[in-house]
Amino acid sequence: MNEISEITEKYLGLYKENINKISGISSTYFNSFRAPAFEKFREMGIPVKKNEAYKYTNLNTFFDHDYENYFMPVPADFVKAEEFRCEVTNLDAHGIVLLNGFYPTLNEKLRQLPSGIWIGTLNEAAIKFADIFERHFGKYAKSDTDGLVHLNTAMASDGMFIYVPEGVAMERPVQVVNLIQSDEDTFTQHRNLIIAEKNSDFSIIICDHTLSPQKFLTNAVTEVYVGENAHFDLIRVQNEHNNACKITNTFIHQEKNSVTSSNNITLHGGLIRNNTYHILGGEGAESHSYGLFLADKWQHIDNFVNVDHAFPNCTSNQLFKGVLDDMSTGAFNGRILVRPDAQGTFAYQKNNNILLTDDAKMDTKPQLEIFADDVKCSHGATIGQLDGDALFYLQSRGINKREARLMLMFGFAHEVIQNIKVEALRERMDSLVMQRLKGELSRCASCMVKCM
Amino acid sequence: MLIINNLKASIGGKSILKGISLNVKPGEIHAIMGPNGSGKSTLAAVLAGREFVEVTEGTVTYLGKNLLDMAAEDRAKEGIFLGFQYPIEIPGVSMVNFMKTAVNEHRKHKGLDPLSASDFLKMMRDKKELVEIDSKLANRSVNEGFSGGEKKKNEIFQMAMLEPKLAILDETDSGLDIDALRIVANGVNKLKRPDNSFIVITHYQRLLDYIIPDVVHVLYDGRIVKTAGKELALELEEKGYDWIKKEIENNVVV
Repeated sequence: MNEISEITEKYLGLYKENINKISGISSTYFNSFRAPAFEKFREMGIPVKKNEAYKYTNLNTFFDHDYENYFMPVPADFVKAEEFRCEVTNLDAHGIVLLNGFYPTLNEKLRQLPSGIWIGTLNEAAIKFADIFERHFGKYAKSDTDGLVHLNTAMASDGMFIYVPEGVAMERPVQVVNLIQSDEDTFTQHRNLIIAEKNSDFSIIICDHTLSPQKFLTNAVTEVYVGENAHFDLIRVQNEHNNACKITNTFIHQEKNSVTSSNNITLHGGLIRNNTYHILGGEGAESHSYGLFLADKWQHIDNFVNVDHAFPNCTSNQLFKGVLDDMSTGAFNGRILVRPDAQGTFAYQKNNNILLTDDAKMDTKPQLEIFADDVKCSHGATIGQLDGDALFYLQSRGINKREARLMLMFGFAHEVIQNIKVEALRERMDSLVMQRLKGELSRCASCMVKCM
Repeated sequence: MLIINNLKASIGGKSILKGISLNVKPGEIHAIMGPNGSGKSTLAAVLAGREFVEVTEGTVTYLGKNLLDMAAEDRAKEGIFLGFQYPIEIPGVSMVNFMKTAVNEHRKHKGLDPLSASDFLKMMRDKKELVEIDSKLANRSVNEGFSGGEKKKNEIFQMAMLEPKLAILDETDSGLDIDALRIVANGVNKLKRPDNSFIVITHYQRLLDYIIPDVVHVLYDGRIVKTAGKELALELEEKGYDWIKKEIENNVVV
């Protein structure tokens, strides 16, 4: 066993001191995962740059900090969060407001929307929907290399639960606005479980905003189960300040003939690491993984994607793009695993990045592991500058250089945005990206969804 | 309109244009012909303001101003339009957004307010009709996935939108079938007015069946070696460029 680092030691201690408090509000079934997860975390520890998957991302500055708060908000904090009403222009969405990743525990902890879907706290769901919870919880969030997934399982106190029953097709997407706000430096670990049963159709938009200048670290795990023939779309919009670190671990498990998409749009953030796992767990499943980030100053944005082709005749597609300004850095790691039985696999991957300065840096690493013969795979990665010919073309029509550069960057980003199916949101994202490129969107003070 | 005097230019230290003089008056159509590698596209690039071409000598005066001092976008706003030999594909940038930005930059330059969305769309419609461009093209990204012919028609469409005083069409006819060629030529003829001018750069005489030039120049080895009326184009079509090359070589020997 590796020597346990000082930082890992700190979190082992934190667990031991607080496990009773955390377990006190969770179900027995949930709690039964904690001790084994804790052991795994002890083995793997907080990822360091020696871990192949974290080679380009240094988490130390955030994990080595002593936070004033490591736990979920108290009811009084939720009262404040409830005061925020949000709206996205033209976006017809059910609005849910979370605080530091947690569903409010104030009133109804679990409620049914008119469309028939259930939404609420994970702990409440573990009681009310015990058999569904036990069928899915902890089944998809697995990692042999990333200790953070296990740290979350061991210590997450609560989170959001969404249940889309069989055959329920949502006409409107659910919009979740996650406010990150506290008077104290805060480390938060929440756990989400989304279940979209057979033949259902469900879209969710999760927007993260930091609203206070404190130092924040989030280590979130989201498990998603997508049943046979179901459609599921997840869009994340990340808009956090430079002193915030967000680590998302999203596991999307798909059954036969299901279609899913995941879209991570990072508008702003100090350090962001999105781990997206697509598990194609039934024949004919199709997954699309998209990502776009716009980084400047000292920001670091890292997207890690793992697509697991476990069954025949599945299709996967990855498209990730980054625009890096100033001395910002970024990384992309896209793994495609085609298991021996997964004949008839189609798997695509594309990663394109633009460096606007000499100091910006991008690392990109495709990783294809193919154990079947009847497979069609492709991957491509580019790191470059804006196209000089295209720039001149625009200038030759009377568009000044600054505007022409903006248009090219926007066009580059739009190729990711255009995959968003909800038109109003697509337009909103386009305008946010344009604002961000113009430098008009700084911190969450000018909150994208006009919270207040 | 445009006076080029003894223009010399090089690319990466290699001398391409070796002393070109040309005078284009309002209302004139000049054709510049010549074999491959003679410097035709470099001349177009210099006039449009591409930075990789280095002007080493000579002057270019456009409407009384020193053209070489102006940035590419300012030249465009002053009324110069370059039809590209190889129009660039710009994924993610819609034709509508591209043209709206360009048209409004031109209007701002003239001290006019930006067009309203409905006026702009009406203008797009009218110009599309004028140049017979497929209306669907305008909804797509700039040149993305366009066929060769569509790209060239799109250049003419942009020209119609921007209403230049001096349009330089760089081998706009290359790679076009006869129908596309006719559409491109008709576009030029419809946009021709007594106060604007065209420089049509072409390798073949074919385009000049449809666009009748006032003057034809032959460019060879970075120099204009022959200037005559439209009949010169026919002569070139018949005899090729070899007789001109020979004539020049003989002159040099003499």
